Parts: sequence; C-alpha cells; structure tokens
Amino acid sequence: MILRVLLLLTLVVLAPLAQASERFIVVQSTTSTENSGLYGWLLPQFTAESGIEVRVVAVGTGQALRNARNGDGDVLIVHARAAEDAFVADGHGVKRHDLMVNDFVIVGPGADPVGLGESPGATAALKRIADTGAKFVSRGDDSGTHKKELALWRAAGLDPTGDGGEWYRESGSGMGATLNIAIGMDAHTLTDRATWVSFGNKGDHAILVEGDPALQNPYGVILVNPEVHPGVRASDGQIFIDWLLSPTGQAAIAAFRVNGQQLFFPSAR
Amino acid sequence: MGDAIAEAFRLIAVGDAALWEIVSLSLRVSLTAVALACLIGLPLGALLAIARFPGRGALIVATNSLMGLPPVLAGLLVYLLLSRAGPLGPLELLYTPTAMIIAQTVLVTPIIVALSRQVIADMHQEYDEQLRSMGITTMGAVLTLLYDARLSLLTVALAGFGRAAAEVGAVMMVGGNINHVTRVMTTTIALETSKGNLAIAVGLGLVLMLIALTVNGALMALRGTQGVARHV
Amino acid sequence: MSDALVTSGRRTLTPARGPDSVLPVAMDGVGYTIDGVTLLDDVSLRIRPGRLTAIMGANGAGKTLCLRLIQGLLQPTVGTLSHASGPVTLTGRRRIATVFQRPVLLRRSVAGNLRHALKTYRVPRAERAAMLTDLLDLAELRALAHRSARVLSSGEQQRLSIVRALAADPDLLLLDEPTANLDPYATRMIETLIRQAEARGVTVVLVTHDVGQARRLADDVVFLNRGRVTEQTPAGSFFDEPQTAEAAAYLAGRLLL
Ligand SMILES: Nc1ncnc2c1ncn2[C@@H]1O[C@H](COP(=O)(O)OP(=O)(O)OP(=O)(O)O)[C@@H](O)[C@H]1O
Ligand SMILES: [Mg+2]
Repeated sequence: MILRVLLLLTLVVLAPLAQASERFIVVQSTTSTENSGLYGWLLPQFTAESGIEVRVVAVGTGQALRNARNGDGDVLIVHARAAEDAFVADGHGVKRHDLMVNDFVIVGPGADPVGLGESPGATAALKRIADTGAKFVSRGDDSGTHKKELALWRAAGLDPTGDGGEWYRESGSGMGATLNIAIGMDAHTLTDRATWVSFGNKGDHAILVEGDPALQNPYGVILVNPEVHPGVRASDGQIFIDWLLSPTGQAAIAAFRVNGQQLFFPSAR
Repeated sequence: MGDAIAEAFRLIAVGDAALWEIVSLSLRVSLTAVALACLIGLPLGALLAIARFPGRGALIVATNSLMGLPPVLAGLLVYLLLSRAGPLGPLELLYTPTAMIIAQTVLVTPIIVALSRQVIADMHQEYDEQLRSMGITTMGAVLTLLYDARLSLLTVALAGFGRAAAEVGAVMMVGGNINHVTRVMTTTIALETSKGNLAIAVGLGLVLMLIALTVNGALMALRGTQGVARHV
Repeated sequence: MSDALVTSGRRTLTPARGPDSVLPVAMDGVGYTIDGVTLLDDVSLRIRPGRLTAIMGANGAGKTLCLRLIQGLLQPTVGTLSHASGPVTLTGRRRIATVFQRPVLLRRSVAGNLRHALKTYRVPRAERAAMLTDLLDLAELRALAHRSARVLSSGEQQRLSIVRALAADPDLLLLDEPTANLDPYATRMIETLIRQAEARGVTVVLVTHDVGQARRLADDVVFLNRGRVTEQTPAGSFFDEPQTAEAAAYLAGRLLL
C-alpha cells in the first residue's frame, strides 16, 4: 500500500519534469550582476526579442570560471581580467569582450572612526586600515572582488593574509554574506557598487572610499569554446553576446537604475 | 522579527505567483527525492536488518556515517557526475530539477536506510521465530516487516523529508539557483540573505516551516484514515 | 497402512494424509547443546499420524526446545530428525505449523493476520477468500475480523493463532501450552478447536501442564525430565501407572530433584 502510494507520488511528481524545454542557454555569472537586479531587467528584453531563455547561475567569479572550465555553462560574465584572459588562452573560451564597468568602493562604519574619508586613494586607505588595526572583512573566496582586493593590498605593499593580523578576517562567502558580516562586526570591506546600492541591510555603514581609478571594475563576457566543450549551445550563446554588445543591449545596460542610480556603464567597443 | 512575520504573512496573503512557483518546486524536488530514497532505502534497510552476509557490519557503519554526509559534498559529487566534463555529462541534467532530485536522493537515502534498519531490526527480533516457522522467504519477511513497521517508517520518511527540505548546499550546487528553473525555498533564502533582505529571508523561512508543518500534518491525517494507528 | 486408521478408546480419528505427508516424524538419539550446556540428551520419539501426542514435564525440561526442533527452527547437535517425506525442506516446514507459547500476532487486523498467513503458506489466490471465512468461523472470530489482532483478549488471540496455523492446512500442528492463561470456558473453546483440527486430518502435538487436559485429549504422552525422555506411552497407562518416579512426582504435584 505504502509502496504503491510512493510509486504513484513519484510518477506524479516526475511527470512535469519530463517536459522538453524550449531554447535556453546557461550563463555562469558573478553574483553582483544578479544580486543588483540587472538580469531581472535585461533578460526579459533579450528573451522577448530572441525567444531564447537565459538561465543564470550566479556564483563567485572563481567558481564561475571553474564551472565553465568543465563546460558547465554556455556564456561567462565575470570580472577578473587576468583570470578571464587565462581562461581564453587555455582554450576554454572563444574570445573575451568588454561588456560594462562599474566600480568598487570601500564601505565601513558611517562615523568613519579611522578617517578613511581623508585618505587620497584606495591604497592609502588600506594602509591606514592596516596601520590602525581597524577591522576588515575579506571575501576570501577567490571571487573577482577578492582578486581585486588582493591586488590592492599588493599595490599598498601589504600582505594581510600572511601576517595573520587580528583585524583581518576572511569570510569565505559571497558579497552579500560578507557585507552582513562586516556590518555585524562593525568592520570595513571592499564591495562592488552595484551590490552595495541594492543591498537591503546597510545598517549604519556607508561608502568611505570611492572614485579612485584603481577601483575600476570591468566586466567581460566570453562564449565557452564549443570545440573544447562539445555540449555548449554556441549559436544561441553567441546571439546573446551579440545582443549584449549591440547598441540595444548596451543602451539597456545604461538604462538600468537602482534607487534612481545608474550602476553599470556600457563599455563595448 | 516583527518585520519578518509581517513579511511571511504578506507573502502568503498576496499568494504571489513567484512564491508559489518556488514553494511548489521545493515540494516537488524534496518529495520526489524522499520517495525515491524510500524506494531504494526501505528494502535495503530491511535487508540489512534481517539478512546475514559478509560485510554487513561494515555496510551498517557506512550508512550510519553517511547520515552525516554534508549536503555540499553530496552536491559536489553529483555535480562531478553530471557536469559536461563528467561521466553523465551528455544527459544534460546539470542545473535542472532532476539534478536537484538526484542530489537530495543521495543525501536522504542513507538516513532512510539507517533509520529503517533500526526500526526493522527491533521488530524482526519479535517476529523472527514466528515468520520462520511459517516457512517465509527472505523477500516475504522484508515485505511483512516493512508493512507492519509502516507507522514508524512514516516517521523515518519524515526525517528524510526534513533533511531534504532544509538543505541548501546540494541544490545550490547542482541546481544553480536559476530563477524560474531551479530556485527553491532554501536557495531563495540564501539569495535574499546575500542581498541583505533579511526580513524577506526570515519570512520565507517561516513559510518553509509552515510547509513542513503542513506536510507532517497531511501525513498524520493519511495515517489516521488508513487506520494504521489502531494496530498498535 | 496400519497408521492410516487409528482407534483410541474414545473416538475414531480421520485417516492420515497422502503419501507426501511429513508424518510420521521421527527423532532418533537427538541431542541439543548450546554453549557447552546440553539441553536435550538422547531424545527419541515418534509422532504418528492421527494420534495426539502430549509432551509433558516440569518447567525447563526442554518441551519448547523439542517443538522448535520438530518445526525445523533448530538443528539437532547430534542424532537425526526426519520426516516421512524425506529430509526437512522449506516446503516440508510449511506442512508443519507451530503456535508458540507466546504467539506473535502481526500489527494488522484479525483478517489481515489470516490473509498474511494464507499468502505465506502459498494458498492459491482463488481459494483464499473462502478459507478466510472458514478460519474466522472456526475460531468464532467473524465479528472481530476487522479488529486489530493485538487488542484481542488472550483467549481470542490464542484462537486466532491456532486458526492462523491451520491456514497452512498442515499435516502436523504443534501447540505450546495453548491454554496456559485461559479461563475454563476459553480452555474449552480451544479444546474444541483442537478436536476440529483433528477432524480435518491434522495431527496435533500438545505441550501442556494441565493434567486434566492431557487426560481429555492425549493418545500418547511423552514425558521429558531435564532434557531426557523418561517415558513415551499411551495416555491411559501414563496417567494410571507412571513408570518412573519423576513422572509420578510430577503428576502428584511434587518435584523430584
Ligand atoms: N537459546 C537458548 N540458550 C540457552 N539456553 C536455552 C535456550 N533455549 C532454551 N534454553 C534452556 O533450555 C531449557 C529448556 O527450555 P524450554 O523452553 O524447552 O523449557 P520448557 O520445557 O518449554 O519449559 P516451560 O514449561 O517453562 O515452558 C531451559 O533451561 C532454558 O533455559
Ligand atoms: Mg516452554
């Protein structure tokens, strides 16, 4: 009796899953673009024009690149220039295109107790954090933002991961989780502006450092190489990339607003 | 917390389509996984309880330990299996609900095996001599015990459902939390948390609890109508 | 053929079954030892078709152990146990049914227990429904068919256990103290049931401490004393002139140590 109920249940539940899917592609993406709501704005426009559904897997840039190296995904949208170039050079991607930029900011307690606001730039601000031992939370997850943060520390001539300072913490999580931790600990952290602006749990935290050219955050888009990964839906993926880089796609990116603020700036050439 | 409760009520009251989509996918995935895990796990558990064969002890220790299998690890194993670079890549199952069902089945089956083995072993102690005197086959004994232990086994299935419905690591990894395709309650909670929308996240958590309550209640009711409870 | 029609002083028993019957069952020099303790020693006995054998003896004498051996649940450590139909097989085991001292009823209804037994005993599907009503009537449990077996009174449970064993349509029925906890009326009902079983051609082995019951029902008596058979005689002579001091003491309600 129970067995029969279970069998029936299995059939009922599995039946809808057996439906064949229409045209779709899988995009491996960094989280900032998804969490800011950009895809919720862009993708319906693309799907309406092309009839192609876009399924976004939003993970850290590092994991997105690793998944794509396994051929899991058709298009890659990330922000870690060096890793992107290596991905293409290793044959996993067809070509990297500039897609858009936004910028990173350093956020911290709104009262700015260590006076980051007065520092002339990002590296100077990081030096000041290290010197005063003010708390800092790092992504620590090999994401694009994490890679950027490590590059900034290097530029400042510091290696906080090595000296094991009490003030430097690695969350090992995504941007949102890291922001939650930083706010809970009253600590500083590096975040992309898009995630910050659309973040719902800001507490007393505010942007303390911004506008330094070193904080530029360029996003690239890459078609996963169908010659290396035969399952890749290359033609539909290319249609998506072409659309993103077209005047229509670029205009759509520029038109995206959160709280009236533009978060991404088109950069296709 | 007040915000969260208000949010939970708003979500339910509005009955918003997005919420319904997520809830129904959660239920579909977790219930299917539990059903499959029972189909595999109950006979296995019963067999482990009554059959004597070399390696049985090791198998029991193994399933008991696998109850603690971290969801992320189960997810990773299934990911490696279903990835285009993996052995089952050509099936194109990664980032589909089917992949999530597989991962949760992997996660839940050890629970079903280990707990049902214990339940059946206790009952077998009592039934063994009677059944053997009737010249029953091993298969017959398995079916008899599974049927007579149905009340306790329902609780075992519920424990499995609890684990499936509550886990996020495995479905996140093999499902990808794709909007409208593989987004379930737990991955939505994780996503909303990462967006800093804590009230929505907790609200969804409350809805999840409500669903667990409903599923438990429904099974209790089923139990009642079957008159199972009367047979002590 | 001499076994086929047996006459006792009180009644005529039905003929034994066909050539594939497990009866007679013979134990020859059977011993059973566990953990170095010998529980049964050099037990030899015959169970003949159509004759009700009562096994008697003090608590711990080894009566239940004997039934387990006959049912095939245990293997003799030494000696041989054989069925008329040949060596003990699984199908052969289904020709023998036991009602244990503490019968285990399944967590199902009365009818559910019987249905399970009919299925387990490989009764053809088409015959099951008719046999079910027949067995329910035999046990006078028809009104309780849908009640949970585990909430029945001891007497009802005992009756159910007996007809469940009869679902096997066995050659041999082993009853281990079936009336130990029952009132006189319930005891009568069980005894009637035993007679009805015999009328259907079932041979019964009955373990009992109830001397009156053994006098009423038994054709042969096997007396066990601390794992050994001290007497195997027709019932009349056992009760009137027990051959051994142990049996005499047991019947007199004394215990010889
Ligand atoms: N599995 C076993 N391991 C060890 N000893 C056992 C085992 N089974 C039975 N015995 C012992 O064998 C002896 C005979 O047991 P048995 O159950 O046959 O007694 P009995 O004659 O049926 O007694 P009663 O009238 O009390 O039912 C007892 O002393 C019992 O303790
Ligand atoms: Mg006994």
